[in-house]
Amino acid sequence: MAEIAIKGVAKQFGDFTALHSVDLTIADQEFMVLLGASGCGKTTLLRIIAGLETPSQGEVWIGDRRVDHLPPRERGIAMVFQNYAVFPHLTVFENIAFGLRMAKLPQAEVTRRVTRTAELMHIEQLLKRYSGELSGGQRQRVAVARALAMEPDVILMDEPLSNLDALLRLEMRAELKGVLAESRTTTIYVTHDQVEAMSLADRISVMNGGYIVQADRPTQVYRNPAARFVGSFIGNPPMNFLPAQGTGDGRWQVAGQVFDGPKVEAAEFAIRPEDLHPAEAGLDAEVRVVEPLGPHTLVTAEVAGQPFRAVLESDRAISPGDVIPLAPIPDRIRWFDPDTHKAIQ
Amino acid sequence: MSDVTPPAPRPEEVGRAGRFLFWAGIGLLVLWVLVPIWFLFVNALSAPSEVTSFPKRLWPSFDMASLQFFWNFQGVTRALWNSVKVAVLTMILSIGMGAPAGYALSRFDFPGKEFFRVLVIMTRAFPLPLLALPLAVMFIRTGLDDTVLGLALVHAMLALPFAVLITYSLFSGIPVELEEAAWTLGCTRFQAFVKVVLPLALPGIAASAVFAFVISWNEVFAAAVLTIENRTLTAFLLQSLNVSPLPLKFAGGAALVLPALIFIFAVRKYLFAMWGIANR
Repeated sequence: MAEIAIKGVAKQFGDFTALHSVDLTIADQEFMVLLGASGCGKTTLLRIIAGLETPSQGEVWIGDRRVDHLPPRERGIAMVFQNYAVFPHLTVFENIAFGLRMAKLPQAEVTRRVTRTAELMHIEQLLKRYSGELSGGQRQRVAVARALAMEPDVILMDEPLSNLDALLRLEMRAELKGVLAESRTTTIYVTHDQVEAMSLADRISVMNGGYIVQADRPTQVYRNPAARFVGSFIGNPPMNFLPAQGTGDGRWQVAGQVFDGPKVEAAEFAIRPEDLHPAEAGLDAEVRVVEPLGPHTLVTAEVAGQPFRAVLESDRAISPGDVIPLAPIPDRIRWFDPDTHKAIQ
Repeated sequence: MSDVTPPAPRPEEVGRAGRFLFWAGIGLLVLWVLVPIWFLFVNALSAPSEVTSFPKRLWPSFDMASLQFFWNFQGVTRALWNSVKVAVLTMILSIGMGAPAGYALSRFDFPGKEFFRVLVIMTRAFPLPLLALPLAVMFIRTGLDDTVLGLALVHAMLALPFAVLITYSLFSGIPVELEEAAWTLGCTRFQAFVKVVLPLALPGIAASAVFAFVISWNEVFAAAVLTIENRTLTAFLLQSLNVSPLPLKFAGGAALVLPALIFIFAVRKYLFAMWGIANR
C-alpha cells in the first residue's frame, strides 16, 4: 500500500524546463489523473515517478521509501505504455508472466496470477497467441494484464487509450475503471483527454507549462477552476470570459449588466456555457452560429465584442443575427484576477 | 491557317514504350551481373579441354576435372582453411565491437554522436593501399605479420562500418518502450537487452555477421600484403594466378564466389534495411 509524494521535482532538458518544482501527494489507492495538453510535462512527471527519467532536482517517495535514485525495477511500480510495448517474441502468457518470472516466483504462482489477470481482462482465450496476431484493443488488454499481474504498489499509465478507436476507448475506459478500483492499487494516469480524466479520476492534476495548476476532485476542477487556464482547458465548450469594470464596493459592470463580485481592484468575469439561460434581461448576445446537438443547442455568439458560447435548451428557435439576453446563474459566476489569472475566492 | 498540333501519342503507346524501357533496363542490369557468374561456373564445371573452346555451352558438362585439379593443387586446402579462420575471426571481432557501437548510437545521446557516425563511414574513405605499408611495418614490429589474427584485425576494420550501421538500424527498429517495459518489470538494463532486444535483433545480427564474413572472404589486397605463409584463398590465387593454368583460375574463382553469393542472398533483406529501403 503506497502513498506517493513528489517534493519539489524539477526537470530540465538542456535549456528547456519541462517541470518547474512540482509538489504533489497522491493518497494510497487513489486514482490520480495528470491532465494537460502535449508538452505540459505530464509524461515527464510520470516517467520520473517510474524511474525512466531522473529528476534534475527534488524527491520522489513511494510509501515510506525515497525512490528517486532507484532503478525502475526497485520501485514497486508497473507501467502501461501508450504503444502497449507488448513483447513481440513472446506469447501473451509469457508477456503477462514476464515480470513474475523476473521475480522468480514458483511456476504454480505464475500460472495462477497469469490466469487470474487474463480472466480479469477477458483475454484468457488469447494466451497462446503472439502480439502480431492481436488487435490494438487486445494488445492494450495484455499490457494492462501484465501490469496487474505484478500486483504493484503503483500502476502508471501513459495515455493507454489514445491509440484505440473512439468506440473501443469508451468501452475500455469503463472497464479500466472497474478493474483498477477492484485492484485497490494507487494509479497515476496521464491523458490529454478531459472526458477521460473526468470520468476516471478521484482527483485530477491539471498541468500547464511544467506547473501543476490545480489538483482537485473532478467536479471541483470543473466548477471552481483555480486559474483561468483550467476553465479554458476543461469543458467543451470551455468557459466564457468577459472583462469587468468595477463600480466600487464589490459591484462589477459586465457588458452593460451589473453583478455582485469580489472586493478587489480588478477582476475578470467568467461563466460556463451551460450556466446561461435566456431571460428578459441579461448579457446581450449577438448570435453568430447555431449548432443543434440533439439534447441541447450550442450557440456561438458575441457579447460586447468578445466570443461567447452558450449551451441552451433545444426547444427554442434561435437563428444567426438574433440578439438574445442571456442570464447567468448567479452562484455559478466565477471571477479571475486579470493579471495573475488566478481565481478570486 | 489553323493551329496544327502534332497528334499526341496515345496514352497506351506511352505506357508500352515505358514498359519496354523499364524491362530492357532490368534485363541489362541482370545480364551485367549474371553473365560473368554464368561464365565462371560454366568454365569451372566443364572439362579442362572445354574451357578454351568456343562457342560456349549454355549448360556446363559437369565434368569435375577442373575442380578436382584445383582441390588437389598444392596449398589450396591450407589457403581455404586460412580463409575460413580469418573470416570467422573477422565476424566475431566486427560484431563484438560493432553491435555495442550500433546499440549506443541508437539508444544514447552523447556529445559528438553525429561526428562519430561520420567517422565510422570515414574509415572506408582511406584506400587500403595507402594504409598497407605502414600497417605492414607496424605488424612486423608487433609480430602480427603473417598471422590469422593480424589479418582478421584489418578485415574487421573493413567490416566494422557495416556492422555498426546495420546493427544501428536494427536496434533503432526496436521500440525503446519494449526495453523500458522490461525495466519496469524487474530487468536490469543488461537483462532487458538479453531477454527482449537480443531475441528481436538476433536474425539481423546474424546477417551482419555473415556480411562481415563475406567482406573478409573476398578481401584480397590486405591478405596479399600482410601474409606470406598463411595466405588466404584470395591471396593464394592472386599469387599463383600467372603461373596456374586457366581451368584452375576458373575453379578457384567459382570456389570464392559461391559462398559469398549464398550468404549475401540469405541476408539480402537486412542489407536493404541498412540502406534504408523498407523491405518488410
